Amino acid sequence: MAETSTNGPMLAADGTPLKQSLAKALKRQKRMALLLIAPLLIFVLVSFIMPIGSMLMRSVQNTAGTDYVPDILPNVVVALEDWDPATGELPSEAAFKAMAIDFAAAFENKQHTQLGRRFNYETPGMSSLFRKSGRPISRLKIDQVTDFKSELIGMDKDWGKIEYWATIKANSGYYTASYYMAAFDAERTLDGVQMKEPDQRIYQKLMIRTLWLSALITLCTLAVGYPVAWLLADLPLRTSNLLMILVLLPFWTSLLVRTSAWKILLQEQGVINDIWVAIGFTERLSLINNQLGVVIAMTHILLPFMILPLYSVMKTIPPSYLRAAKSLGADNTTAFLRVYFPQTLPGIGAGALLTFILAVGYFITPELVGGADGTFISNRIYFQFSSMGNWGLAAALGTIMLLIVLLLYYVYDKLVGIDNVKLG
Amino acid sequence: MATTLPPYATTGQKIWYYAFRVFCGLVFFYLIFPILIVIPLSFNAQDFFTFTPEMLRLDPAGYSLKHYRDFLGANGDYSWLQAFSNSLIIAPAATLLSVSLGTLAAIGLSQPHVPYKRQIMALLISPMIVPLIITSAGMFFFYSSVSLQGTLAGVILAHAALGIPFVIITVTATLSSFDRSLTRAAANMGADPVTTFFKVQMPLILPGVISGGLFAFITSFDEVVVVLLVGSAGQKTLPWQMFIGLREQISPTILAVATILVVISIALLTTVEMLRRRSEKLRGMSPG
Repeated sequence: MAETSTNGPMLAADGTPLKQSLAKALKRQKRMALLLIAPLLIFVLVSFIMPIGSMLMRSVQNTAGTDYVPDILPNVVVALEDWDPATGELPSEAAFKAMAIDFAAAFENKQHTQLGRRFNYETPGMSSLFRKSGRPISRLKIDQVTDFKSELIGMDKDWGKIEYWATIKANSGYYTASYYMAAFDAERTLDGVQMKEPDQRIYQKLMIRTLWLSALITLCTLAVGYPVAWLLADLPLRTSNLLMILVLLPFWTSLLVRTSAWKILLQEQGVINDIWVAIGFTERLSLINNQLGVVIAMTHILLPFMILPLYSVMKTIPPSYLRAAKSLGADNTTAFLRVYFPQTLPGIGAGALLTFILAVGYFITPELVGGADGTFISNRIYFQFSSMGNWGLAAALGTIMLLIVLLLYYVYDKLVGIDNVKLG
Repeated sequence: MATTLPPYATTGQKIWYYAFRVFCGLVFFYLIFPILIVIPLSFNAQDFFTFTPEMLRLDPAGYSLKHYRDFLGANGDYSWLQAFSNSLIIAPAATLLSVSLGTLAAIGLSQPHVPYKRQIMALLISPMIVPLIITSAGMFFFYSSVSLQGTLAGVILAHAALGIPFVIITVTATLSSFDRSLTRAAANMGADPVTTFFKVQMPLILPGVISGGLFAFITSFDEVVVVLLVGSAGQKTLPWQMFIGLREQISPTILAVATILVVISIALLTTVEMLRRRSEKLRGMSPG
């Protein structure tokens, strides 16, 4: 420490007060650190966070194709403003005229089928109405027709369905809650928003199944992984390092290889069934394309994520604790339950949370070995996305799932700390 | 539980000791059996997914390299080879991107005073936690709007984002035991920050950087969902081809591909283990 000759504040070598100089250095250090992090932060924001954001937007945007519904039907939106579907009466003549005008324009831009598909998500049947009406409506001479209502209904009597018009009115804004309603198994009826019939609540069922199977898989990995982690922590380092390879090799092996291996092993004419028959059983087991197959394969795939955190916690527990408990008169069960087990709880928490978080989002394994009753919510999202083209619903389901995962991630961070994640 | 059974152990203790070991043995078998079983099956001369009687008799006629020849395009179908070469372009490019950006950021994060460190870490590790289907759906929407969807660049960017958490985790772990006085010593002797980084810091954290890179590599090399949604027919990777093959008609060539991938994993695992030991030795910890 440099001694100052004056009574003023301590000075740094260049004559500025030491306090100020230190603060400046600290600030520079902070700036330097942020400068190093900035490129990656920007990269992650652009390549990862913004895509997630655009998915969140998709779940509420009311679009048909690339355009917003009210931009395709500007006149209809205005004409339907004062109409109340609850009166049980069809909209006014003006609304029919507006529809004819907007529809002809949409046909011109080849948007009418996309528009029909958009409304079809809410009310089945509208897609075919819009598709069929394309050419006839575009042929109408707008300034010569006097009665648009009877003209349109004459073209296709579906134009006289109040629930169709109610759907159009309910989904005429730039933003819509209807995807979330669908994701929660609710629907909009003439009497307002209601839950669907219990046997039609597919997303609730799927969400519960996903959470339940993930919990079951987590429990299985714990039951199978705990003794193994204990053995690995207890053995001399040389032996445990060798055995650790058996845990790490699956961890490093391609997920698809492991899934295809299970598909090959578990199938009707597969190795396990062949052995089963060779032992003398006549009936082949159905081990695949059901929940059992998913649990067997996913427990295998996620097991390293349970064993590794358990092992790193167990490694820190001195073996003398158990010996001390026993020498004080505890039997094996008491010594385990009162002394060893409580100390492994942080490992159990870390492993179980990580396994559960990963399991909830699984897609490939359930898709390939799950069959009809072993699929997860991810598979449904993919189906809505790629086969049905209902991107809004896929985005809404994805957002709900994202919230669940982020909640678990938050708990994980509080309990374990993300900087404590261990890889191998 | 004890490592060795003492001579005075009671019958109950003996039963418990052996039951425990047998159970653990079965779990190890469960872990490794599915991975090893594909190797002999891949040499099947028939198009079956189980052992034929000839194979069980160890009759050479039961074995052949047929599936490997098919992988290389012997049947006139070069799609596997094409997919393999796509994977070999995408994975290294994505790895390079995530390692270079990730290492810089990890060094930044290991400085003693970083504002919002915890939040930044949580953000950078989130690609590992967010379900892939959500990530890829979002990337599909966003990359379409900036015309990156269906391009090689789009897939590489997406895979780089997925690899970043692994680089951050391994490199910050290595840096946490890095002795800061070494950089101060280098500066004291007149080295500028760049020289210090390349001559002092980098050689010491290199094992961590390489293992992070290998993790990022395998993440990209093994990834399907993002390729399915963000990529198009031009970016078919090996896992893409396997996934489609498994979902539609399951072709035995998959066994040969699986075996090749297992061999690659063994090579990567060996490298990472060697690096870990070297790094522990450098840090003065006892080698395993």
